[in-house]
Amino acid sequence: MRRRLPSGWHLVLVPMSAVTVLPFVWMVLSSFMTQGELNRFPPSVWPEALDLGGYRTVLGGSDFPRWFLNSVLVSGAIVVAQLALCSMAGYAFARMRFIGSRITLVLVIATALIPFQLTVIPTFLIFNKVGLTDTLGALIVPQLSSAVGIYLMTAFFQSFPKELEEAARIDGCSRFAVFFRVVLPVAKPALAALAVITFITAWNDLFWPLVAISSEANYTVQVGLTTFQGQHKADWPAVMAGTVLTTLPVLAVFLFGQRRFVQALTGAVKG
Amino acid sequence: MSNVQALSRTETAAPKRRPDRRKPADNVTGWSFAGPATVVILGFSLIPMAWALMLSFTDSDLMTPGRNVGLDNYRALFQDPVFYQALRNTGLLVVLYIPASLIAGLLVAVLLNRKVRGIGFYRACFLVPYIASATSAGLLMGYIFDRDFGLMNGLFVKLGLPVQGLLSSPSQAMFVLTLIFFWTRFGFSVVIYLAAIQEISKEVLEAAAIDGASRWATFWHIIVPSVRSMTIFLGVWGLIDALQFFDLIVTTTKGGPANSTVTIVYYVWQLAFSFFTAGYGAAVAYVLFAGTLLLIVAGLLVARRRGAMR
Repeated sequence: MRRRLPSGWHLVLVPMSAVTVLPFVWMVLSSFMTQGELNRFPPSVWPEALDLGGYRTVLGGSDFPRWFLNSVLVSGAIVVAQLALCSMAGYAFARMRFIGSRITLVLVIATALIPFQLTVIPTFLIFNKVGLTDTLGALIVPQLSSAVGIYLMTAFFQSFPKELEEAARIDGCSRFAVFFRVVLPVAKPALAALAVITFITAWNDLFWPLVAISSEANYTVQVGLTTFQGQHKADWPAVMAGTVLTTLPVLAVFLFGQRRFVQALTGAVKG
Repeated sequence: MSNVQALSRTETAAPKRRPDRRKPADNVTGWSFAGPATVVILGFSLIPMAWALMLSFTDSDLMTPGRNVGLDNYRALFQDPVFYQALRNTGLLVVLYIPASLIAGLLVAVLLNRKVRGIGFYRACFLVPYIASATSAGLLMGYIFDRDFGLMNGLFVKLGLPVQGLLSSPSQAMFVLTLIFFWTRFGFSVVIYLAAIQEISKEVLEAAAIDGASRWATFWHIIVPSVRSMTIFLGVWGLIDALQFFDLIVTTTKGGPANSTVTIVYYVWQLAFSFFTAGYGAAVAYVLFAGTLLLIVAGLLVARRRGAMR
């Protein structure tokens, strides 16, 4: 329409986007305020000076670094496991015919409808029985694979041309060799999408860690932050510093892999 | 996620291309690829599902094996005022959130579907609340909507409005939580709608423009019908999402004040892990699950009938 002037749409788009992100901007600002600035009414909008007290409290005066490390370990293990298991399963469902393959795929996708709240009590009892509650393992094992991951990878391999694999098969490669040497290297877009979405989900999980973990040393960053806020009700700068540090990894992964993330959400990962 | 139908369609089409000649070796390879992932998913869903059903007929307290109490838990449910309160709170969330996320999602998606400088940045903005954890969003919003220190009341005072109870008020807390929930979730609708709008063929839109269709007519007669399947998907997804509303409550109101923000899922969690009445909690969870399935089936039937009338 208009080429030279900046589009008038900015007048609509700027305030709209501001409503969504301004709270986060203020989250960062408030993490640099003093307790005095946040514990008065109305609270400050802009910090008077960059005060690092909040970060000092959360990094030096709490187990936050430990919780952060726990979250890195748990999310990292979940991402690696899902990349391996979901891509293998997706490849099998897309390319091979074997006993029960169709009904199993339908069942797997249907499990996405089962609310976690329904399964959480028995899942807790299972882990209690094998003595795994209150360990990081309890957080990893139920998420080693996911219905969404299998769905994504199956859809990706179905839309993926077969010629490459067939050539390798004719050359006498086994299914496993074909998968690991020929298929996986070209499946990078789908793997990246799966990694991004899995990391964000795993990092942000609160319900299961809240149920499964009881000792502070094994908290994930989400559980830790929640209890930290309960114990430091008046220390809002520290709480805000904690939320900033907790949000940074997912924000970084999101900004870095935004395209893949959107593709994963819309189920439209192409080669 | 949004194309389950397409997936099963190609599945059923497969045998036509390749006659079904399974060899035992194929089964071994197939299952060694698909087995591990499948076992984890089905193992952590079907077994707990059956177990939860059995639990719902007991008075289990998580620690000791429960006694069988038959249908007592389900009977108790109908006389439990907190259950009814949780039902009302969850209902309010569903009724407000689903239409809001569909309407706002589509409108924002239409606005974002244009070529202006920095559109990528605008699009990213709408997903930031969606990717932030409920803990971060809850703590941040809990402070912004705090009655005594919050920015919101600060803004009200600046505008000369009376200070509100917000998250501390039994009559306002659930509405504030719904607003916060909406803020964190509706970016998903935007993304899904945006992808669907971008699939609409340019020719159709150009033809409409040549015929002199107004913006409104284009929106109402071309865009809305074209994204219909996504509207159904988002409606179902939003329902599942809203019925599982939990995390933000933990990090803001913890169900208070006076149970005014207890949702069914939060109640299940309280029953099992705070009050140690896991059997009863399992019964509540099962009623929630059955209700969800009923609502989804009813919703899909209505959508199908509407579609048939067109």
